[in-house]
Amino acid sequence: MTLNGWIQIALFGAIVIALTRPFGGYMTRVFTGERTFLSPILRPVERAVYWCCGVDEKQEQHWLTYAVAMLFFSLAGFATLYALQRLQGYLPFNPQGQTAVEQSLAFNTAVSFITNTNWQAYGGETTMSYLVQMAGLAVHNFLSAATGIAMAIALVRGFARREAKTIGNFWVDLTRTTLYVLLPLSIVVGLFFVWQGMPENLGAYVDASTLEGAKQTIAQGPVASQEVIKMMGTNGGGFFNANSAHPYENPNALTDLVQMILIFSIGAGLTNVLGRMVKDERQGWAIFAAMGVLFLVGTATVYWAESQPNPAFAALHVDSANSALQAGGNMEGKEVRFGIAQSALFATVTTDASCGAVNGMFDSFMPLGGMVPLINIQLGEVIFGGVGSGLYGILAFAIVAMFVAGLMVGRTPEYLGKKLESREVKMTILALLSLPLSILGWSALATVVPAGLAGIANTGPHGFTEILYAYTSGTGNNGSAFAGLSANTLFYNMTIAGAMLMGRFIFVIPLLAVAGSLAQKKLLAPSAGTFPTQSPLFVGLLVGVILIFGGLTYFPAVSLGPVVEQVAMNHGMLYAGP
Amino acid sequence: MLREIRPAILMIVVMTVITGLVYPLGMTGIAQLVFPRQANGSLIEKDGKVVGSELIGQNFTSDKYFHGRPSATTEPDPKDPSKTIAVPYAADNSAASNLAPTAQPLVDRVKADAATLQKENPSAPVPVDLVTTSASGLDPDITPAGALFQVPRVAKARGLPEDRVRQLVEENIDGRFLGIIGEPRVNVLKLNLALDALAKG
Repeated sequence: MTLNGWIQIALFGAIVIALTRPFGGYMTRVFTGERTFLSPILRPVERAVYWCCGVDEKQEQHWLTYAVAMLFFSLAGFATLYALQRLQGYLPFNPQGQTAVEQSLAFNTAVSFITNTNWQAYGGETTMSYLVQMAGLAVHNFLSAATGIAMAIALVRGFARREAKTIGNFWVDLTRTTLYVLLPLSIVVGLFFVWQGMPENLGAYVDASTLEGAKQTIAQGPVASQEVIKMMGTNGGGFFNANSAHPYENPNALTDLVQMILIFSIGAGLTNVLGRMVKDERQGWAIFAAMGVLFLVGTATVYWAESQPNPAFAALHVDSANSALQAGGNMEGKEVRFGIAQSALFATVTTDASCGAVNGMFDSFMPLGGMVPLINIQLGEVIFGGVGSGLYGILAFAIVAMFVAGLMVGRTPEYLGKKLESREVKMTILALLSLPLSILGWSALATVVPAGLAGIANTGPHGFTEILYAYTSGTGNNGSAFAGLSANTLFYNMTIAGAMLMGRFIFVIPLLAVAGSLAQKKLLAPSAGTFPTQSPLFVGLLVGVILIFGGLTYFPAVSLGPVVEQVAMNHGMLYAGP
Repeated sequence: MLREIRPAILMIVVMTVITGLVYPLGMTGIAQLVFPRQANGSLIEKDGKVVGSELIGQNFTSDKYFHGRPSATTEPDPKDPSKTIAVPYAADNSAASNLAPTAQPLVDRVKADAATLQKENPSAPVPVDLVTTSASGLDPDITPAGALFQVPRVAKARGLPEDRVRQLVEENIDGRFLGIIGEPRVNVLKLNLALDALAKG
C-alpha cells in the first residue's frame, strides 16, 4: 500500500461526498414532480411519452398495482430482448454477421439485463450485433436502473406519506428517472468518454497490420454511449468480454475514476433524497455514514491483499515489490494503467453497489482480496448499492435494526416517524431471507451435480468460490464473476437465471408491500422515547445488524472458499489444473 | 390491474426508440463530428496503413522491439472450431487467464517466462508485470520497470548504445494524471514506433 494509493482513494471518497447533496436535491425535485432546469426541453418529451403509452400522470397507484405494473414491464422487456437476440441475424447494424444467440444463453441474458444484473455468459464482441447492443442491452441498462430507482422512491414515499392509499405511479417514476436523471448525464459523460478514447462508431472490426507484419483484428462499436449508462445505472454489463478492463471500455486512469464515481453517484444521492423526502436530511446522512464505514473496511482489505506479492513467485526471480517504476503486488489479471490501488478500489465499489463491472479479474485476486467482493454482495449490496436497490436494501436492514432495538427496550419500534408492526417486520424478513435461500441453495446444488462441477476452472477451494460467487452475483443482481467458471452451459444459464429472478423480485415485492402498509400509517411526532435514528448509535446498530446478518448466514460457506485458500496459500500449497 | 399490460408494452417500444436508437445514434453522430479519431478507435496509421490502435496492445516477438505483457486471449482453432488455441492480443476476443493465485498452471507459466526473461537480462529480477497476464489480454502498457528491463536486449538487437535506448524509454513514460491518478506506464506500440523512427533518423 502506498501514500499515493490512499490519496487516490481519499480523492474518490471526497468527490462522492461532494456530489451527494446537489445530486440528491436535483433527484428529489424530479421524483416529486417539480420543475427542474431541464424541464423546458424535457417536459414536452415526457408528455409525449405519456400520450403514446396511454398513461395518466395524475393517477396514483396502490402498492399492488405499482408492483404489477413493474412486473408486466419487466416481462415485456424480457420478451423483446429475447426476441432481438434470437433474430439478430436478420436485423440491421450487424457488420460482423453475428448469428442468433443460442436459446439458453439468450434466456439467461434477457433475465440478466431486465433484473439489472448484467451477468454475462457470453463475450460481447464475439456474440452480439450492434443493434442488440444498442436497442437491446443498452436500453435495459437504462430501464432496469430506472425500475430500481422507482422501487426505492416508492418505499421512501411509504415513510414520507401519512394515511395515504397510494405510493406513486410506476410509469411516471420510470419515465421521469430515465428522461431527467439518466439520459442527460449519459449524454454529457458519454461524450467525455469519447474524448478520452472510447470508440463510438458503427463500423466493421478493423484489420491492422502490425509492425512485425502480423494481422490484428480490432473490435469496434458504439461503446461510449453504453459504457456511461452501464456504470451510472450500476448495470455492469461489458460491451466487450473484458468489461472495464478492456482499453476501449476504460482507456485511462481518469476514465476509471469517473466510472467509479458514476457507480456510486445515484446510490449516494438517493440517501439524500430519503433525507429530504422525510424532511430531515440527517436521516439520509446517517444511512450514508453506515455505508461509508463498510466501504472503507472493504477497500482497505482488498487494497492490502492485492498489494501482497504472490508468495509462490518468491523463488522465481520475479520482482513484485512496489517502487517508483512499478506498482508491484498481485498483477495477474490486472492492467498496468490501473495498478493495485485503482483495481482494489474498483473491485470494492463495483460490489458495494450492484454494478458488477470489473477492471481486474477477481478469479486471479488473492484469496482475501476476492473474498471482499463476495461478502459485499452477500451483505445485500447495501453499501451505496445498486441504483434504488441499495436504498431499499438498507432500509430493510434499518427496519430490522429498529425491530431489534425495540425488542431490547420492550417498545413498539418506529423508524422515520412510522410504527413498525408485525406486517412490516414479517415482510422485511421475508425479503432478506430470500437472498441466502437463493445463494446457498443454488450453490449447494451446483457443488453436488456433475453439470455444476464441470464448469470450474481452478481446483481446490478456489473452485468452490467460483461456484459460490456465481450464485451470489446472480442473486445480488451484481453480474461480476470469478470468470474462469464456464457459465455458458444449459445448467448454469438456467440456474443462474433462477437466482437472478429470485434476487430481484422476491426481494422487492415484499418491500413494496411494506411501502404500501407504511404509507397508510399516521406520522408520529418524536417523543423522549424515540430512538434517534440520525445518531452515531443508530449508525453503529445498523452496521452491526448488517454484519451479524451477513456473518452468521454466510460464514460457513466463505470459510470453505477464500479462507481455506488463504491458509493453503500461506503454507505454499498449489492446486493442479482441472 | 390488467390495464397495466398496455402501457407496459408501449413503454418498452417508446423507450427503445428513445434510449436504444435516438440516443446511441445521436451520440455516434456527435462523436464522429467532434472526436473522429477517438470515436473510430484511436487508430495509428503509418504510410497510409493501419498499424494498430494506441489503446490496444499488440503481440511483439522480435528482439528488436519492446514486448508487451503475456496475453491470455484465444481464437477458435481453425482445424476444430469447438476448441480454442492461444492467440496473444486477439483484439476481437478479449480475455483473461482467470487463474487463481494458488493455481499450479499459473506458477508453471510464470516460472517458464521468468527463466526466459532472466537469460536476456541476468543483472536484474524480472518485473512482475512482464510475467503476469493482464485482465483484458490487450493491455497496451508495461510498467517503466518492465520497459527498462528490456533495454539491454533491444539495444543489442538494434546495435544501439543502451543509454540511447534507455533515454527513449524515459521519454515515453506517461506519468500519473495530475501527478496523482493512475500509475506511470509506457505504451509499447508508441515506444516501438519511436524506436523505428530513431533507427531511421
